[in-house]
Amino acid sequence: MNDNRVLEMRGINKSFPGVKALQNVDFSLNKGEIHALMGENGAGKSTLIKVLTGVYTKDAGTITMSDAGEVQIHSPQDAQKCGISTVYQEITLCPNLTVAENMYIGRGEGKITNWKKMNEDAEKLLKSLEIPAKATQQLANCSIAVQQMVAIARAVDMDCKVLILDEPTSSLDEQEVEKLFGLMRDLKNRGVGIIFVTHFLDQVYEVCDKITVLRDGQLVGEYEIKELPRVKLVAKMLGKEMDDLSDIKGEGGTYEGKDADEKVFEASELQSNAGIKPFDFYIKKGEVNGFTGLLGSGRSECVRAIFGADRVIKGKVKMHGKEVNISKPLDAMKNGIAYLPEDRKVDGIIGDLSVRENIILALQVLKGFFKPFSKAEANAFADEYIKKLNIKTASADTPIKSLSGGNQQKVILARWLLMHPEYLILDEPTRGIDVGTKVDIQKLVLELAKEGMSVTFISSETDEMLRTCSRLVVMRDRKVVGELSGDDLTQNKIMSTIAGESSV
Amino acid sequence: MSKQINNNESFLKRLVGNQLFIPLIALILLAVINLINDPGFFKITLGTNNAGYPVFSGYLITILDYGSELGILAIGMTLVTAASGGQDISVGATIAIAGSAMLRILCGGTSRPTEIQAPIIVAFLVACVVGMLCGAFNGILVAVFKIQPMIATLILFTAGRSIAAWINNNELPIVPDPKFAYFGGFIPGIPIPTTVFIVIACIIVIALVLKFTNLGLYTQAVGINENSSRLNGINPTFIKFLTFVILGLCVAVAALIKVSRLSTINYSVIAKDIEMDAILAVALGGNALSGGKFNMWASILGAYVIQFLTTTLYKFNVSSDALAAYKAVVVILLVVFSAPKVREQMGQLGKKLGSSKKGVA
Amino acid sequence: MKRKLLSIVMASAMTLSLVACGGSSTNTATETASTEEKTEAPAAEEKTEEPAAEEKTEEPAAEDTTASSGKLIKVGIINNDPNESGYRTANDADLKARFTEENGYDASFAYSLKNDEQIAAAQTFIQDEVDYLLLSAADTAGWDSVLKDAQDAGIKVILFDRTIDADESLYEASIVSDMAKEGQTAVDWLAGQNLEQVNVIHLQGVMGSAAQQGRSGALNDKVAAEDNWNIVTQQTAEWNAENAQQIVQSVIDAGTKFNVIYAENDDMAKGAVAALDKANISHGVGKDVIVMGFDCNKWALEELLAQNWNYDGQCNPFQSSYIDEIIKTLESGGTLSEKTIIMDEKGFDAETITQEDVDNYGI
Repeated sequence: MNDNRVLEMRGINKSFPGVKALQNVDFSLNKGEIHALMGENGAGKSTLIKVLTGVYTKDAGTITMSDAGEVQIHSPQDAQKCGISTVYQEITLCPNLTVAENMYIGRGEGKITNWKKMNEDAEKLLKSLEIPAKATQQLANCSIAVQQMVAIARAVDMDCKVLILDEPTSSLDEQEVEKLFGLMRDLKNRGVGIIFVTHFLDQVYEVCDKITVLRDGQLVGEYEIKELPRVKLVAKMLGKEMDDLSDIKGEGGTYEGKDADEKVFEASELQSNAGIKPFDFYIKKGEVNGFTGLLGSGRSECVRAIFGADRVIKGKVKMHGKEVNISKPLDAMKNGIAYLPEDRKVDGIIGDLSVRENIILALQVLKGFFKPFSKAEANAFADEYIKKLNIKTASADTPIKSLSGGNQQKVILARWLLMHPEYLILDEPTRGIDVGTKVDIQKLVLELAKEGMSVTFISSETDEMLRTCSRLVVMRDRKVVGELSGDDLTQNKIMSTIAGESSV
Repeated sequence: MSKQINNNESFLKRLVGNQLFIPLIALILLAVINLINDPGFFKITLGTNNAGYPVFSGYLITILDYGSELGILAIGMTLVTAASGGQDISVGATIAIAGSAMLRILCGGTSRPTEIQAPIIVAFLVACVVGMLCGAFNGILVAVFKIQPMIATLILFTAGRSIAAWINNNELPIVPDPKFAYFGGFIPGIPIPTTVFIVIACIIVIALVLKFTNLGLYTQAVGINENSSRLNGINPTFIKFLTFVILGLCVAVAALIKVSRLSTINYSVIAKDIEMDAILAVALGGNALSGGKFNMWASILGAYVIQFLTTTLYKFNVSSDALAAYKAVVVILLVVFSAPKVREQMGQLGKKLGSSKKGVA
Repeated sequence: MKRKLLSIVMASAMTLSLVACGGSSTNTATETASTEEKTEAPAAEEKTEEPAAEEKTEEPAAEDTTASSGKLIKVGIINNDPNESGYRTANDADLKARFTEENGYDASFAYSLKNDEQIAAAQTFIQDEVDYLLLSAADTAGWDSVLKDAQDAGIKVILFDRTIDADESLYEASIVSDMAKEGQTAVDWLAGQNLEQVNVIHLQGVMGSAAQQGRSGALNDKVAAEDNWNIVTQQTAEWNAENAQQIVQSVIDAGTKFNVIYAENDDMAKGAVAALDKANISHGVGKDVIVMGFDCNKWALEELLAQNWNYDGQCNPFQSSYIDEIIKTLESGGTLSEKTIIMDEKGFDAETITQEDVDNYGI
């Protein structure tokens, strides 16, 4: 073994009923290296991580650590003992405990905890990592980003040799991401090997040294970052050469019906109880527009108000110029509005139900309590959209929770498309999704618009918004501060509007 | 040949994975124990009752008969569990209330009437309304005020039997009409207990409801993810409320049987501890007590497994105050066997058995 | 947060209103006799109308106190939940009918099936400075200190229905039923039937209760002593008719022969009879199976009168006249000849029972 190596995995195999999740995969990590693990959803990244952390037991292969030789990891505790720590995309801490308790829980090894010392240690560590949280604060009261950082702090404090970051940035805003990268570089200098799983290509190129690419459970290759330009990386992940991603706009053209100028939806002085200022908004037939702004600027709250997801306390709403009352989601649905929520796991999927049931749910509710679809109808709908959106699932009977994130998102999208809405709201549809699916969704949005559907699109990635939207509503501090369209739709202009500068 | 074995293997796997697996295994286990101990357990004889009509009797008939109330309650309890992720512990007390209301109507407030004061159907309908009101009360606490189901239903659990006594001024009326006893006994000329028909009717009704409405889909959706359900246009509050009202209806039917069995009621002990058995039935059916997906038929089967166990224990002369201990053993086994890890191991064991068979072949 | 608070307030308000609806049955709630009388009106009236067994003492005694002192005697009565059984309902109604203002009493009632709640109620009564504390304890243990407090405060304690494990000096008198004697009377009656074989299904009450122990004891002794007495099944049905029905059903299903049902209360006898009816086994006077019950519920005595059952043993719930007499004696400065007073209790035979008996002794 190379002196610099800290971890080496050789010939890892893992299969699940009907699926070979990993086939003969190798992976190695050096000291003081940030190593990106890339691949589409379902490529085997998560499985590999879970084998390494003891969540799954591998079927074959060896795991070797620099100091301990070959190790058998059968549980997360084993992994921890080997010095492997993980921070997951979803917060796996206990929200009802304090920050300090979360950092030290389960590590007492039976010893009686010295609360005072624990809090002091935690405070020190938080300060050194510049995490804006108090040790004695209850975790649930911190923002998601801070919770994520606490999880990292916990991992760092365990003297880990290998730190796995599984999609840690998907709920962080840019400054927080920068802070996290600072932290990562710091750890790197201390000699920690970091495995970084993400969908953000920019971030990979910003902090990583090496990239390992997986596809369909197999190893594609390991590359130095300098040797692998973006386009090539994407090509490797998708398994085919592809034109630059940013070139999808204009491919399809725009909606050119006679009623293209009609305002499908119009709201004035709309306000919900979620703490946003009253706002005006409209969308035309076949238009794609978007809300942009920093995380927490109120963009999600605006679309939730449109859909009646939060309690509307003020304002008038018109569909096709006619005043309508939308006070709950069902009202919106009856008016042909569909809403794909931001948090897929909390608001979107119904985990234990099958893909089929998840697909038909919205249309079924619209049809009525006493008129269930027959089995044949439901199957036909499900099969149609599984094919149309290329959803990768064992069958329509599979529970949606066992699908990968991207495919779950497609199922939710299918649910709303099945309703044939006039107006579709997509809140962060591409978050935590692999590149291939992202492009699919963006293309789909433009296609739908061309056919006359109005779409509101929200994304944290500005370039994605620029690619799809023809008009952007900019938000700051829970109120609308500007609207951009045409030539104003540039990265710089958006930034300056968000920041509140008069012009660039 | 080998293909055949493969089929067997997957069949075994499917069997282990099926929700009906646990209650079926329990049922078979109990049946085998009884078969070894005394094959006469399964004997059914045609005799006559005191009124001179033919009736079937035997342990199996006893199980079908006495398991009825539990089977009916399991229907409602399954729905409540699925939608609210909690259980209603007031069903025993609400049976007392509904039964007391029924008696009040039938006996007109006097304790020893010479004839019934109102048609039985009227009394039953009043009991249904009362049962549903109790359910609605629980439902409002759970669905609207977001109180945990166990806590919310604790109110009626505590106060219910007193309310039942109050309805009849603490009297213990006796229904004079022998026709009323048909519901908990036999209809003249029909040798099968009436309760069996009542359960079958309930099962048919709930099967039709599940087929021709979206009750199943909605309750599961609400139980699994309330937020998403709401964003898909479902009204979770109403669905939860509805399941409690349905359970209230089941309670009224169970109360009819209970009261009819003895033509009277003892407020403090009628349907005592039945709530725990009903919850156990749901659990035995492999349904998660934390809500979500459910299998109605597994719950009902679970109810009869519990009665099978009770009857078996009575047969072995186990004292009835020790029954609870045996049920506790069942709960422990249940928890162990429904743990995913154990199931996985069992699946693997099945695989091994299959492959060793293949080796021999 | 606000919403949560609201829900809690609502819930507790609902509980309260519900409990209030429960009226007389409220656990541990102390109520004055006058308000109680209102909610209890129908039941109480019926009871007073009935010619009580100890009618003779009532009228003159009542006049006596009101005339002589003009001052009400304050009593605190701690009892078990009247819904527990027909026995307790009758017992409570009897006490309420006796300790009224017309009879010279200012009575407060507290109900609970739990010892600690009863003790708490006793302490409340001591603070209220009652003259007499009447107690039917849920549990035999744990009463020493609170009774000592009562003694120090000059409050006289009279136990009724149930005894406790405390020094005799702590209470004035104890009025009890002799459960063993009840059992013995019943077993003697059964022996008097001169059956060739006595095969008994023995349905016991809640194990360990005084009634169960007393009533089981006599039968167990007899079965041990006689060769032709057998117990087919001995099971606790916990005073519950449904359990009793299932136990008897199980014996019938097994095909075991029996000719006596010895049920330690009427409810269980009723459950047993329901099972017999289903299986076409005749019961009652001159029939295949002898049915025996206890407690003398009115409906049970009616079954006796119709000769469907054979025997019912009394457990006298009408202690109030005894208590009244003791209080009168103590108030007039007299002393009691005995601390423990055992009440008269009868056993009724279906062949000799009369309608008058049903009216007088049915509860």
